[in-house]
Amino acid sequence: MDANELMPGAHVLDTKGLLCPLPVIRLQEFARSVESETEVVVIATDPGVLADIPSWCRVNGHEHVSSKQLDHEFHVIVRALPQFIDS
Amino acid sequence: MTALSRQPRAVALISGGLDSMLAAKVVQSQGVYVEGVNFFTGFCVEGHTQAVKRTKKQKVKRHSALWCAEQIGIPMQIVDISEDYKDIVINPEYGYGRLLNPCLDCKIFMVNRALDLKSNHGEPFDFVITGEVVGQRPKSQRSETMAIIAKDSGAEDRLLRPLSAKNLPPSLPEREGWVDRAQLHGFSGRSRKPQFSLAKELGINEWSQPAGGCCFLTDESYTKKLQDLWDSRGRRDYDLEDVVLLKIGRHIRPAPHYKLIIGREEGENQYLRGFRHKFAYMSTVSHVGPLCLIDGDPTKEERLLASRILARYSQGRTARDVTIRITDQSGVSEEIVVEPLQPHSIPREWTLTN
Ligand code: SF4
Repeated sequence: MDANELMPGAHVLDTKGLLCPLPVIRLQEFARSVESETEVVVIATDPGVLADIPSWCRVNGHEHVSSKQLDHEFHVIVRALPQFIDS
Repeated sequence: MTALSRQPRAVALISGGLDSMLAAKVVQSQGVYVEGVNFFTGFCVEGHTQAVKRTKKQKVKRHSALWCAEQIGIPMQIVDISEDYKDIVINPEYGYGRLLNPCLDCKIFMVNRALDLKSNHGEPFDFVITGEVVGQRPKSQRSETMAIIAKDSGAEDRLLRPLSAKNLPPSLPEREGWVDRAQLHGFSGRSRKPQFSLAKELGINEWSQPAGGCCFLTDESYTKKLQDLWDSRGRRDYDLEDVVLLKIGRHIRPAPHYKLIIGREEGENQYLRGFRHKFAYMSTVSHVGPLCLIDGDPTKEERLLASRILARYSQGRTARDVTIRITDQSGVSEEIVVEPLQPHSIPREWTLTN
């Protein structure tokens, strides 16, 4: 799946030209704002996102759906889950 | 604050090195909810250069702090402080370390920012954890300076250093019984042995860089270029683009009013191409060679010299003539044929990097 095959309502985060960890930081800022499960595609030119975004998802409880290289871009799809108050 | 009727929450500063990882793990293993934070200052060694340089293996490097968080099983935020951090780098109240590293101010700033963070669940933290060890660093980790960090950051006794806690007055989490002081440590000094044996005890077999190796402000070559940038501008200022460009390429300053930035391999050339709208630049026409950005305004004669320097770094370095294309900022190009400069003709003091 790439940015062109996303579910309706999916959010596109363009981080082209930014070097890691800035794409992860932009994703984190967005993920903290979601109120319901939201699919987001991060478009980046730094290949670091291929390692960093899945890792960030694993530690913070979001879901890494897929990663794909298209020409000189990387499309990383994430299902951002709303965070909750648990105490 | 008194006894908590819920699980205590702490935020741990995670640098990507072993000490901060151990500190977070020690507290987490006492039943405290621990989240990590890694601050992006712009000067982090990771990221930029690794993304730009094309290593032979084309291996994508991991972000060490994220990797640490995964190893010890804690959530982690990466927070961009690069803009506010400028003031720390430019005007550190407590001065610099050996190079341009404002470690004491930096720690005060980071602990202060950590205090204000909210957890992934939107809740404030009860205290802050760092991996500092008394006596490990000559300037920022003496017991007096550790007290300054606690005070000036505003954290006061809400700052816990689990690796050295027994050498320091009891912090709030210890006094309140949120953590058991008896199970904390009393490491001090520069020896890393206690950390290595604690890592073994905690089942941590792998860690990233040596402590302190994560910041360009402690790198001699980098800080030389940063100081040169400030000297050439006549003011101490920078933006994120400057910070990145200082990490990339070979920097040669033949005169105070201009500098050459020459790519050292294809990844750097590619990255430097992205700056062609901002700088005049040169490339080799007759031979394969790197891209060179011209930062400043050389005269016509100086452009000739710059071309000869670039030719020296091209595959035509031993040829009699090399054709160089110079493109100014408005996109107008001219080609000139030059004889490559011999390596010994480039004075050492011009070279800011190898
Ligand atoms: S080495 Fe760099 S990041 Fe670490 S405390 Fe010093 S200035 Fe801050």
